[in-house]
Amino acid sequence: MADVSRRADTVTLTIDGHEVNVPKGTSLLHAAETLGIEVPHYCYHPGLSAPAQCRICLVEVEGAPKLQPSCVTMAQDGQVVHTESPSAKRMRQGVLEFYLVNHPLDCPICDMSGECKLQDYVFDEGREQGRAREPKRVFGRDDFGGDVFYYGDRCVMCTRCVRFMDEVADDARLTVVERGDRAVIDTFFESGLDDASFAGNIVDICPVGALVSKDFLHKARAWDLDHTPSICPNCSQGCNIDLHARDNLVQRLKPRENQEVNGHWMCDYGRANYEWINRAGRIESPGVGRGGKRRAADWQTALGALLDRLREIEGAGVRIVGSPFASNEALGTLHRLGRAVGNVTESVFRCRRAEDEDPLPGFPLLVRRRDLAPNVDGASILGFEPAGSDDATGGLGAAASHDGILVVLGDQLGDQPEDFGADASLYVYLGTFESPAARNADFVLPVTTFAEEDGTFVNAQGRVQRFEQGLQAPGSARPAWLVLGALLAAVEGGNPPGSAADAFAALAVEYAAFAGLSHDAIGTAGAVLEPAHA
Amino acid sequence: MAYPYRHDKEVRVLSEGFGDPAARTVEGWKRYGGYQGIARALEIGRDATIDEVKNSGLRGRGGAGFPTGLKWSFMPKDSGRPHYMLCNADESEPGTFKDREIIRWTPHQLIEGCLVGSYAIGASHCYIYLRGEFFETTNVLARALEEAYEKGLVGRDIMGSGVDIDMTLHVGAGAYICGEETGLMNSLEGRRGEPRIKPPFPAAVGAFGMPSTINNVETLAATPHIVRHGAEWYRQWGTEKSPGTKLFCVSGHVNRPGNYELPLGFPMMELIEDICGGMRDGKALKAVIPGGSSVPIMSADDCRSCTLCYEGVEAAGSLLGCASVIVMDENTDIVKQVRRMAYFYAHESCGQCTPCREGTAWATRILRRIEDGLGTEDDLDTLIEISEQMTGTTICVLSDSLAMPIISSIEKFREDYLALIRRGERVGAA
Repeated sequence: MADVSRRADTVTLTIDGHEVNVPKGTSLLHAAETLGIEVPHYCYHPGLSAPAQCRICLVEVEGAPKLQPSCVTMAQDGQVVHTESPSAKRMRQGVLEFYLVNHPLDCPICDMSGECKLQDYVFDEGREQGRAREPKRVFGRDDFGGDVFYYGDRCVMCTRCVRFMDEVADDARLTVVERGDRAVIDTFFESGLDDASFAGNIVDICPVGALVSKDFLHKARAWDLDHTPSICPNCSQGCNIDLHARDNLVQRLKPRENQEVNGHWMCDYGRANYEWINRAGRIESPGVGRGGKRRAADWQTALGALLDRLREIEGAGVRIVGSPFASNEALGTLHRLGRAVGNVTESVFRCRRAEDEDPLPGFPLLVRRRDLAPNVDGASILGFEPAGSDDATGGLGAAASHDGILVVLGDQLGDQPEDFGADASLYVYLGTFESPAARNADFVLPVTTFAEEDGTFVNAQGRVQRFEQGLQAPGSARPAWLVLGALLAAVEGGNPPGSAADAFAALAVEYAAFAGLSHDAIGTAGAVLEPAHA
Repeated sequence: MAYPYRHDKEVRVLSEGFGDPAARTVEGWKRYGGYQGIARALEIGRDATIDEVKNSGLRGRGGAGFPTGLKWSFMPKDSGRPHYMLCNADESEPGTFKDREIIRWTPHQLIEGCLVGSYAIGASHCYIYLRGEFFETTNVLARALEEAYEKGLVGRDIMGSGVDIDMTLHVGAGAYICGEETGLMNSLEGRRGEPRIKPPFPAAVGAFGMPSTINNVETLAATPHIVRHGAEWYRQWGTEKSPGTKLFCVSGHVNRPGNYELPLGFPMMELIEDICGGMRDGKALKAVIPGGSSVPIMSADDCRSCTLCYEGVEAAGSLLGCASVIVMDENTDIVKQVRRMAYFYAHESCGQCTPCREGTAWATRILRRIEDGLGTEDDLDTLIEISEQMTGTTICVLSDSLAMPIISSIEKFREDYLALIRRGERVGAA
């Protein structure tokens, strides 16, 4: 500590009796955060400018004539700061009472209830009884367009939304109209937020229930949602997200901060496309036999029969159709298995591609990419080549009429005819949904989606990132790496992987791109692959 | 009688030309010694001009009373960036009507003041931000400015000195908050009229992000006289801490309300009794607001020994502000007056800061309830606490400006409030 404090680019100060050393230019609010002290705040958001107008983050700085806004007051050497002094606490209590003068206190029907900063702070520090007896002013609800409703009565006028649209989205569609306690957020034009591609973020950054998602409206209470760290599966940017699930259904996607990938943000396209994860009608048990002879089987029977077949046709040509929605663990184990049982002549994947990219001007690292799948780069690293057109159709001619071993993983083959794979000596279909083109499969094996398993994707920046299991798999569906790993162990000898981390460890041995990496090393922030591989 | 009211005890430096339409032309203004101040400034140079104003002890006439020369000296010397002089003519403090008179009678006095200020701080552009409601005033100033441009007094190479000073009139849209210096800058730039956080201060980052100085009309109007006659000349009036003369805008229940230019340190009772001809209808004095509605109310007792200078009014428990003296007689309903002021501040709050946005409106509603006879004694405690929460907790001082009259009125006229609360009796009339 002593050594650090002598460095010219840091300052040492005391907050609530604790000494802390922070880089120069750190705000008091941030410095307190490093000590685990949360200074309440509304207008301040780490991804936006700080107007210091909510006035609830005021703290006492010894020597200053009045309380200082901690969000814009920079830490100075020797400063002595009190966040819990009587004057600071009294002021916070006062500001909270002011907020409630016009606030409707409609928490029981408010979507934000349970994760609302006004609720939290008032509960922590507010007066037991408000003194405002006058009628409240009423605005009602405004449809902002896009996915956003605005409840002006709940608004704390922090203007985070206005600043996000202006500073980050570079698409100033919101403003404050009127003044005083008549001030309210509004859109400039009738179209409001329609077609804005990042507007969903204003719902996330709204500290109260003023801006809510129409999609999520009255769908779930915050305290009923399970949060699972994950990766957005809807393009190759790989925004870090949390899956919010209730009753084993994803209710919404929320961005999870990662300054190397998506900052605090995610795009509306990614956010809105989650219903497919919840789609019912999944394949729930393994099936053995082609066409009408298909019979349900348990895993032991199905995999036993499949192993017998693999041993019969040793040395055959192998064609693999993978998917950029599959994890590295699944794709890598699949490719290894292919090579173990024969000669892999083709391994392809198909990916839907958008016409254009959609960057976020204020956070240039975040781009909604053209590849609308999360693991295009991972698939490429693992030996898969892109096939088909930009709408993820075609390109499977050779596979369709292949006469050796044909394995399909994760591609639903929606555009393929019913006789797909009819000539294959062995056709294995690992998927989530039945498909007419899987009619000729000798084995239909139910696998899980990314939301139902642990694993990793490699994003367009060449960054390998982990996601965790947030949902229970339907029926006896299993992660593909588990199914394929068991087969591979049976073919090659050795132990099958017991976890996605085991499956990844095996890839790290075989693929130079992943050398030295492990799930632990990747952690929650991800790890950048060497440029040569990425 | 010329210009509404005059009095022999006045010292007419700024108001010499009031009432004389001829003073609105360059020729007419030169007869009053016009444009000699800027000529002298150009002769003695920037630093000497700032020193002269510094030595004169001139304090900002907009309300805060900050030393003008000191403010000018905050401007960077060689920033390499454009500097801006901003003239605050958004006179909207209730009870204030001095800047309007300066502009409409002696527009060249302001133009010359702007030239002196611009020259001193190295600004080649001066913006005069006029209150939106100043229709006639703006026209007068615009005509004068055109003439000044024609005569080579403003624009390129002013008076053949090689110095360029342009001047732009900007008319606001009628918001009190745009008279706050950084709110004015936002408005000037085309943004919402919302005060900015300081630091950075205007001398570092002001209008359009450039070093700027902002001065009140009366302040700038005084500078040509100071530069022309010297600091010592100006110091012959006023007190050590408040040198010079000041326009007093007297309104309310006096016989001769109006603008009077008096040396600072003038006794308040003499202003009321002598200059303004005493209380209307011989009524007794009840209260005085000495500096525009934003300052604490004074009781009649407070006024007895009060002298009208910055330190004198402070010693009497209030502030000189912009010397807008609102005089109220014994028939005044203080609760109603305060409620009306509260409504003004609630209406004019920009809505940025929570204590001001919610506090001013809430206080207004409580005062209205008390006025309607539905108040309780607890309401007074609530009002005082709200006011304390609105003091020193916001970006600008608009909410402090309401807190002061509320707190002072409850302290000094508690009986008026209690009469309403306990017995439903109104003290005084409208």
